[in-house]
Amino acid sequence: MVTADRVIAASLMVFSAYLMWHATVLPIGWEGSSGPGGGAFPFWLSLVMLLASAGIFLRSFVSPPKDDKPFFDPEMIRSVVLVCVALLVTIGAMQYLGTYVALMGFLLWYLRIFGGHSWTLTASITLITPVFLFFFFEVTLKILLPKGVTEPFFLPLYAIFF
Amino acid sequence: MDVFSLLMDGFATSLSPLNLMIVLLGVTAGLFIGAMPGLGSVNGVAIVLPLTFIVPPSSAIILLCAIYYGAMYGGAVSSILLGIPGASTAVATTFDGRPMAQQGKAGLALIAAAVASFIGGTISVVLFTVFAAPLADLALKFGPAEEFALVLLAFTTFVGLGGDDVLKTIVMICLGLVLSTVGLDLISGQPRLIFGDLPGFYSGISFLVLAIGVYGIGEVLHTIETSKTAPQVTPARITFKELGAGFRAMNRLWRTMSVGSFLGFFVGMLPAAGATPASLMAYGIARSTSKKPDSFGKGNIEGVAAPETANNAASTGSLLPMLTLGIPGSPTTALLLGGMVMWGLVPGPMLFIEQPDFVWGLISSLYTANFAAVLINLALIPLFVWALRMPFTVLCAIVLVLCIVGGFAPSQKMHDVWLIAGFGIAGYLLRKADYPLAPLVLALVLGPLMEKSFRQTLIAEQGNVLAFVERPLSGTFIALAVLFFLLPLAKYLRKSPKDGVAPAQ
Repeated sequence: MVTADRVIAASLMVFSAYLMWHATVLPIGWEGSSGPGGGAFPFWLSLVMLLASAGIFLRSFVSPPKDDKPFFDPEMIRSVVLVCVALLVTIGAMQYLGTYVALMGFLLWYLRIFGGHSWTLTASITLITPVFLFFFFEVTLKILLPKGVTEPFFLPLYAIFF
Repeated sequence: MDVFSLLMDGFATSLSPLNLMIVLLGVTAGLFIGAMPGLGSVNGVAIVLPLTFIVPPSSAIILLCAIYYGAMYGGAVSSILLGIPGASTAVATTFDGRPMAQQGKAGLALIAAAVASFIGGTISVVLFTVFAAPLADLALKFGPAEEFALVLLAFTTFVGLGGDDVLKTIVMICLGLVLSTVGLDLISGQPRLIFGDLPGFYSGISFLVLAIGVYGIGEVLHTIETSKTAPQVTPARITFKELGAGFRAMNRLWRTMSVGSFLGFFVGMLPAAGATPASLMAYGIARSTSKKPDSFGKGNIEGVAAPETANNAASTGSLLPMLTLGIPGSPTTALLLGGMVMWGLVPGPMLFIEQPDFVWGLISSLYTANFAAVLINLALIPLFVWALRMPFTVLCAIVLVLCIVGGFAPSQKMHDVWLIAGFGIAGYLLRKADYPLAPLVLALVLGPLMEKSFRQTLIAEQGNVLAFVERPLSGTFIALAVLFFLLPLAKYLRKSPKDGVAPAQ
């Protein structure tokens, strides 16, 4: 927990410094009678953030907490990392394989392999979800979800519903 | 026009078939979302918000408020049946709700929770109706200086009263404010903080992207880590005999329920406080003023009634500053505020003048939502028992899919979906390290208002910073803000007596 606390505080320090560097693109000082410039608000607030996270970082050395529990539950961290990876792969696949293929793949993996559910449950959720999404977003709201290479397969459906 | 006739006009809007159906739908959805362990009103509103594009904006807000209401009722269900709070707002309900369920009185506990929620909701909606118009009138006198001072005050309540680590709270407020400045500068229109010239950042970071990330994906990751063993559902049956016994038992608890309602309403108005501390305070008061304080924690029905009145009253209370001043009183109302701004219904005093139909329609819909919630809650208890058996893996998979598609829908950019995933993972880690997330979301929503009002004031006053303290109202707000900010310091100094003056003998 102490290590994680320090790593997170240090990352926040680096991130604030990075934000400060970006903020300097616009004037960060006092612009005569019109008050602070466009970069002032992000710059000075990032500085406060840098100081506060530095305080958290230093405090962990001065008074470390008494009960040092592990930051991650060692039994469960594998599941969390797996879901994160699956999520990122799915989002990446949306642009190329299309939303429907990506999400069906995700559901199939999540329910059958990760969740260990029966084929009946897996198949019904995996098939009903894209149909619902299509009618809700594309037909009713006219919001087209990314199709990637599957675009040609949707042309007949577009012809029916639009 | 007096408040009563305005409210009656409002009912004409909220009782229209579409809005009535929306209230019923929202309350039912909210009840289920609230009943799911881990998911509360803020998660529900974040995940459902993109789906509300399907109805007109004013109905969408009514739908989200109904979900908010339903979720406050539903939170008690998993507290009682699983012993896991449905949301942090229902933590206090587990103290006596769980023992009652283990003694075979789950049905009675659920009835008590529903009736108490109804009483808390009703008293607070009446208070809301009474205070809304005068508060909006007062807010009409606000200029940019007062707006800035009020936002500052909202943030300092987190530092002074939030109860979280002060430094971590400050980091989260600043992070939210800085993220809100991404995009085009409000005054000069020049791009800033666009990280490597990514086009997606030119339009800024939407509150919805942060909320879906933190409260959708982050919450799922948290649930996965904490759901090592499947919880045991306590069966509950509701018979008419039990209903009668429940109502009779509640009839003796009027004092507890009134205290809880008033306390909840006023605590709920504070941005840093809200439903969780309000319900814990109400529980504490009920126990300390009880004749049998020892029976609390062992299945006393009063221990269910007190927190449930308070958390429902607090959710209504937090709507009051959001609607009248444009300052949300809770993370959920911050999302409602963001949604309203997105639909062009900017909350604040002008809304009461320009859109009275909408405002009073919304207020009257709180009455219908409250009434619908208690009936649906009592009627659907067997369904909740069944739904709670749904495995986490099914729930989490569906929530993740809704987060991805719901994150894409509003602006139709993959950029936002990637940001959601990033915020989700970062939010999960920050939450584990005890960084409070509520100030982050509030800061992102209020950031543009804070910067705009600050710079407008300085432009109008030719750069005179003293303008903020010279105006009486904004001066008062600033003074209060300074007081809240110094509160943790004062506490710290009192704790270490060697630094202070020795106490008088």
